[in-house]
Amino acid sequence: MNNRYLWLFVAFALLIVLLAVGLTRDPREIPSPLIDKPAPEFVLPRLDNDQPFTPKDMAGRVWLLNVWASWCASCRDEHPLLVDLAQKKLLPIVGLNYKEVRGDLSLDATKLALEAEKREAAARANLWLATHGNPYTLSILDLDGKVGIDYGVYGVPETYLIDETGIIRFKQIGPITPETLEKKLLPLIAQRDQKTED
Amino acid sequence: MIPELGLFSLILALPVALCTGILALWGAQRGQPAWIALARSGTVALALLVGVSYLCLTWSFLQNDFSVLYVARQSSSSLPLIYRVAGVWGGHEGSLLLWLVMLTGWAALARFYSRALPDALRARVLGVLCLVAAGFLLFILFTSNPFLRLIPGAAEGRELNPMLQDPGLVIHPPLLYMGYVGFSVAYAFAVAALLSGQLDAAWARWSRPWTLAAWAFLTLGIAVGSWWAYYELGWGGWWFWDPVENASFMPWLAGTALIHSLAVTEKRGSFKNWTVLLAVSTFSLSLLGTFLVRSGVLTSVHAFANDPARGIFILAFLVAVIGASLLLFVWRAPKVGLGGRFALVSRESLLLVNNLLLAVATGAVLLGTLYPLIVDALGIGKISVGPPYFNAVFVPIMAPLLFLVGIGPFARWKAASLGEILRVNKWTLGLAALAALTLPLVYGGWRPLAALGVFLAAWIFLAATLHFVRQARATQGGGGLLASVLKQSLHFWGMHLAHVGLAVFVAGVSIVGAYEAEKSVKMAPGDTVGIHAYRFRFLGVQSVEGPNYQALRGEMELSENGRAPRRLFPEKRFYHHSAMPMTEAAIDAGLWRDAYVALGEPLDRERPDGEWVVRVYVKPLVDWIWGGAFLMALGGLLALLDRRYRSRRAATQENTP
Repeated sequence: MNNRYLWLFVAFALLIVLLAVGLTRDPREIPSPLIDKPAPEFVLPRLDNDQPFTPKDMAGRVWLLNVWASWCASCRDEHPLLVDLAQKKLLPIVGLNYKEVRGDLSLDATKLALEAEKREAAARANLWLATHGNPYTLSILDLDGKVGIDYGVYGVPETYLIDETGIIRFKQIGPITPETLEKKLLPLIAQRDQKTED
Repeated sequence: MIPELGLFSLILALPVALCTGILALWGAQRGQPAWIALARSGTVALALLVGVSYLCLTWSFLQNDFSVLYVARQSSSSLPLIYRVAGVWGGHEGSLLLWLVMLTGWAALARFYSRALPDALRARVLGVLCLVAAGFLLFILFTSNPFLRLIPGAAEGRELNPMLQDPGLVIHPPLLYMGYVGFSVAYAFAVAALLSGQLDAAWARWSRPWTLAAWAFLTLGIAVGSWWAYYELGWGGWWFWDPVENASFMPWLAGTALIHSLAVTEKRGSFKNWTVLLAVSTFSLSLLGTFLVRSGVLTSVHAFANDPARGIFILAFLVAVIGASLLLFVWRAPKVGLGGRFALVSRESLLLVNNLLLAVATGAVLLGTLYPLIVDALGIGKISVGPPYFNAVFVPIMAPLLFLVGIGPFARWKAASLGEILRVNKWTLGLAALAALTLPLVYGGWRPLAALGVFLAAWIFLAATLHFVRQARATQGGGGLLASVLKQSLHFWGMHLAHVGLAVFVAGVSIVGAYEAEKSVKMAPGDTVGIHAYRFRFLGVQSVEGPNYQALRGEMELSENGRAPRRLFPEKRFYHHSAMPMTEAAIDAGLWRDAYVALGEPLDRERPDGEWVVRVYVKPLVDWIWGGAFLMALGGLLALLDRRYRSRRAATQENTP
């Protein structure tokens, strides 16, 4: 069949193939510039005893840094998964409580002094952990979100996998899904563990 | 109970749509009068069922029935009434239902305003529309049911995204969807003509008013959307080349080409295949836009909550709708005659160039929109395509097109003389050139791009006026020139009004692009910042309470030479149900310029009564952008009201030479 309009079909078929492939991709999955780079340094107070914590304290261990806040609705969706993961005792999970008071725009944080803000943040964070379960080995408070800036946090929750040498190996923006846990995080953790044993 | 009634009505609509569609097409092919007649009642029944379903959903919103999942997600009891009505289309499921309401509404209109059509053709048009509606019904029922119950019901809803709580939501989506969906009628006409094998002047004449109506609505819809983005997002821009904006712009470009190509097919019987292909493409691009917005393949500020099943479904639907019509086209097109011959310079050839340029522009937008997807699919990386690409590609395509807008009406069918046209236009061309040389100086400096824009705008306006006056003089009877001007057909008025609208739009775009001024400054209460002759004095920020938000409202005094100062109130709103603060810009709008103020952030969060970062803009002629678009749409509406489209008798009279 020799038809001069047949090329239309070819073009259309190519377009459909392209759109079909597009469906399997996630455009929001932006490669973080921090991958395979050392985790930025910081010193922040711990939620439980106000002692300073820095990423160096975790040297030699593979660990997760999970950014959360009580005002973050998606964190609640993600939370049961983290509690499960913590029970498996695969690796320590450090919770970075992000802008606990300032992030919650339903109240006016501008009127609080820093000490009062810290007390308020700790109270809210503890209440939330008591209600929903605490998967964290420890939590730290990032009241003004400055550490969040260093880590390029733009959506809470976010999760970083940091290896025994302090290098970021994986970053999840938004809640960890069972799928990313199975297909990405757990294999990476197993791989790191093997390396540590070697 | 009411939501179940709505769902039941929607479920019932599916077999009605399928039966009407299949039987009408089959009946038209076989010449079965009973089945052909079924198309008329079936279309009306479908529209009623879908309408009832839509009212049920609206009722659930009005009653704050938070046991309906969609209502609980989109509304709350503190949401103002108007946004509960408009909130119905604030999310994916409801907006799809609105889309369906409009599709079946257009089909019902096509049923009532097509008495002059041969019965078989009418049945085919309605049948195609019913089948398209059936596709959308399947989509809604299987992947996007808005009536899903939430058991137990929520005590309070999550409330509509504050970005959407704006008059823009009330008018923008309905207008836009009227446009998108309206092209389905032109599509149905094209498919019906292909099915019957009768692609003739009559077919083109029947398609024209429907295409004009859809195009006018789409123009208004896009313009309102652009205006909304301008005052809501607080960046002062009016077009961002966002994938979703492009998704609405592509059918607009193709639809504009279609309007012009239909004119040739009606008057001269040429370009038949091309016109049919354009009609199919225009609606296909509407569907492609739906796919891009709702499947999550591209990131955009408009993105709906995504679900892979929806993407797969729309893709299958695209394959069915576009694939089937292309198949039909490839089968029928080679047998279609070529129509009247025309010379190298003639109205036909100019309209051909118009179509070519618009098609290239559509292709360029399509490429830019899909490019990130292509790159990602090939695994090369992640990129985004932004305004620099589109601006670089668009200006060279649009500049010759705009120049031809002035020439086109002067050209005769079959053969025209370029020399003659230019000779007639020596004064208009000269005046336009003079405007290009001088007007930009008024704004403080001559810039080539602004001068080009001014030239094209002035040229289109002057040429249209000259053509109108010459035409009026040529047909002048005893009543004088003014009487003759008023006696010109609505179609003629519409064409020139739309072209003048385009000129107004081009003037706005070029001047605001070249001469807008912006300052982003730190201001304490009492501070003043100046742009040109305008002085903005910051009077401070106060806390105010809205119906469902708390706002920090700034007060700004705007003064300019010799005019009484005015107060502007830009706001930063904190909605109770949302974590994201909303910037509400304050605009002092005017025919010649907008003064635009937006609050940034306070320097010290603990002291909102202290210093703030404030952005102020002065935007000359920015409102011409939307004014021009409004004139274009008005032109389209005038043209479709022309009496030539009204009855069969008038049509045949005009057709006889």
